[in-house]
Amino acid sequence: MGSQKPDDNSPLRINGAQALIKSLEMEGVEVVFGYPGGAILPVYDPILESPIKHVLARHEQGAGHMAEGYAHATGLPGVCMVTSGPAATNVVTPLADAYLDSVPMVCITGQVGLAAIGTDAFQEVDTTGITRSITKHNFLVTRAEDIPRVVREAFHLATTGRPGPVLIDVPKNIVDAGNPDAYFDWYWPESVDLPGYKPEMTPSETSIADAVALMMTAERPVLYVGGGVLKARGAEILIELAELTNIPVVTTLMARGAFPDSHELCLGMPGMHGNYTAITAIQRSDLLIAMGARFDDRVTGKVGAFAPDAKVIHVDIDPAEHGKVRRPESSVVGDCRISMEMMVAQLKANGAPEALADHTPWRQTLSGWQENYPVTYEQSVDGELLKPQYVLERLRDLSPRDTIVASGVGQHQMFTSQYWRFDTPYTWVNSGGLGTMGFSIPAAIGAKAGMPDRTVWAIDGDGCFQMTAQELVTATVSKIPIKVALLNNAYLGMVRQWQEMFYDDRYSEVYLSHDMPDYVKWAEAMGCVAFRVEEVSEVDAIIEKANAINDRPVVIDFRCVENENVFPMVTAGGSNDDVLVAPSQQPMLDKERGAAK
Amino acid sequence: MNRRPEDLAHHTLTVKVENKAGVLARVADLFARRGYNIVSLAVAPIQNENFSRITIVVNAESAPLEQIVKQLFKLINVIEIIELPADKAIARELLLATVEIAEDDRDDLIELVSRYDATIVADAQEMVTISLESDPSLVEEFETALEQYEITELQRTGAIALAKIGQNVRRVHI
Repeated sequence: MGSQKPDDNSPLRINGAQALIKSLEMEGVEVVFGYPGGAILPVYDPILESPIKHVLARHEQGAGHMAEGYAHATGLPGVCMVTSGPAATNVVTPLADAYLDSVPMVCITGQVGLAAIGTDAFQEVDTTGITRSITKHNFLVTRAEDIPRVVREAFHLATTGRPGPVLIDVPKNIVDAGNPDAYFDWYWPESVDLPGYKPEMTPSETSIADAVALMMTAERPVLYVGGGVLKARGAEILIELAELTNIPVVTTLMARGAFPDSHELCLGMPGMHGNYTAITAIQRSDLLIAMGARFDDRVTGKVGAFAPDAKVIHVDIDPAEHGKVRRPESSVVGDCRISMEMMVAQLKANGAPEALADHTPWRQTLSGWQENYPVTYEQSVDGELLKPQYVLERLRDLSPRDTIVASGVGQHQMFTSQYWRFDTPYTWVNSGGLGTMGFSIPAAIGAKAGMPDRTVWAIDGDGCFQMTAQELVTATVSKIPIKVALLNNAYLGMVRQWQEMFYDDRYSEVYLSHDMPDYVKWAEAMGCVAFRVEEVSEVDAIIEKANAINDRPVVIDFRCVENENVFPMVTAGGSNDDVLVAPSQQPMLDKERGAAK
Repeated sequence: MNRRPEDLAHHTLTVKVENKAGVLARVADLFARRGYNIVSLAVAPIQNENFSRITIVVNAESAPLEQIVKQLFKLINVIEIIELPADKAIARELLLATVEIAEDDRDDLIELVSRYDATIVADAQEMVTISLESDPSLVEEFETALEQYEITELQRTGAIALAKIGQNVRRVHI
């Protein structure tokens, strides 16, 4: 491994803490989300001289989700830094979240001094052991002079191949300015040397040719697009591929925005709460082109009944995803963007679009479904509280086109995915794989820190809000003016829905109340401008007021009906063929299904 | 060589890894987390001390072998994985056993020991310690045969294996 020294040949003598901050600067880090404490104290000292901005979260979990939100919105690795012990365990949730959603993130944790490791010292936990299965990789650094190399490797690992979180555990003694052994001659490695890590970006020509051969003859193809397309910065080439082949596109929860919802080939989201057309298009397809998607159980439903007539092309950079859930007929191991570029070239060489099978009847079938079974709801009647779907429609229509939307987890998340119109990539920030309640507020702060010129709305539920609301203090103090739409239905809505549907209306521990806490007072106490909306007639005016505020965070307490359910719905473990649509549409669907039998 | 039916799902993987702290834990953790069954595991540095080789006998009934190999290969410290089918591998395992032996049974035991090319490495009249280094299936057989005596202590190392010379085996590597 080469090393670089200053031009004057006199090596820069530096301690581990200075080296850590300098290494982050070398990696181009502009903002670190963190929380100081005992073991990481020495590293917080040189931050005072660094151009890196530090955002002081109010809880380490918040710092972790902020780093994730930053990464989702910018594509750059999010960085968080916390101390040892309880701080390390508090970032376990964001690390797991980032692992399941392949979010590039580097997390630095303080650790007790090397001599104290293994003695159950104060604030000591086995951080690398705890986080082993929820990080792409982790490091326990044992020598100050290893810090630049490890930081370089960590960023390389986090951002290349299938991205993911990487943790660096830093014992206090190697960053301690008072320890002579913590000093070394600064260097910056020119390259990384990871003999066991060489992700394959470019797929083989033969795998592309095989995939394209299937695409040429398919009559009912569907592009099943997952988060991998966004990670690969592949949205543009996806449009080219879809338009060249006239193949309709579904975008999973992780891929909302990867293909414009307003595009005529876009079918929207499949899965447990996807729309009828997206779900059924997959079920009836004869070719499923999985692009950076991983056949998650929330998409497939009962695996044995998933897309029963389809051959599968699986494009994914992670070889272990191929055949994990569904064995593909054609396996393309590589970066999604590069793979799609090669596919487009190969398709053209094969005579596309003229030489492709005719998809017109298929497109007509899909249009028919879209017409009969759009996602729909019934507006509230007089005296009733708001419908969350209505609030989302108004937020969508009254906010700028490129607004970034960060969501928590539950009904409000599904409603947002269903009712927002995602026409721009990297405008949807959510917790898909882990389903982390409380994600939205800190993630929105991270997104806004990375994209300060954008409007950022956190769409939150009342359950989620109570988990991480304290980060609104961070937003106020650090001048990161996000907006929060609190869809307050007084319940843990999704759990309530399941108890209604699968537990005979036996509601167990799901009631939260509309007004305890008083969300407006709470938000105001945290420095936010806060509004409460209870009537349809007030919705637009308050949203417009909120959108006009740019110097402080805003919270709107939208008082929503208590018993709204998310439809369509595929029950857990059920077949996608048995999807339930909106109650108003179900009789027609039942009739069609009866006729088909 | 007679293999027991339950051995048919057993596959030997030799995994070359970086010789760094915590690597064995990463491998063991992966198997535990994803529910893969380890039959045996042996680990030691190879000629180049920057690397170690872990020999893992896995039960592929717990998960498809291909998935096990791919997940293992995702570990950053894993350099190379070789899949060794039984007919293409030379496998060896070491067994040590201390057995209580009545005077009347001594001749039978000595006969058993010589039949398997095992060695009596310590003899204290009523107790003997036996060592056998052999193919794992023979070690398994020998252990079963020993059970007619009173076994005081028994320890096996787990298999290690190399490809037979000239055999083409599947290698997954960078």
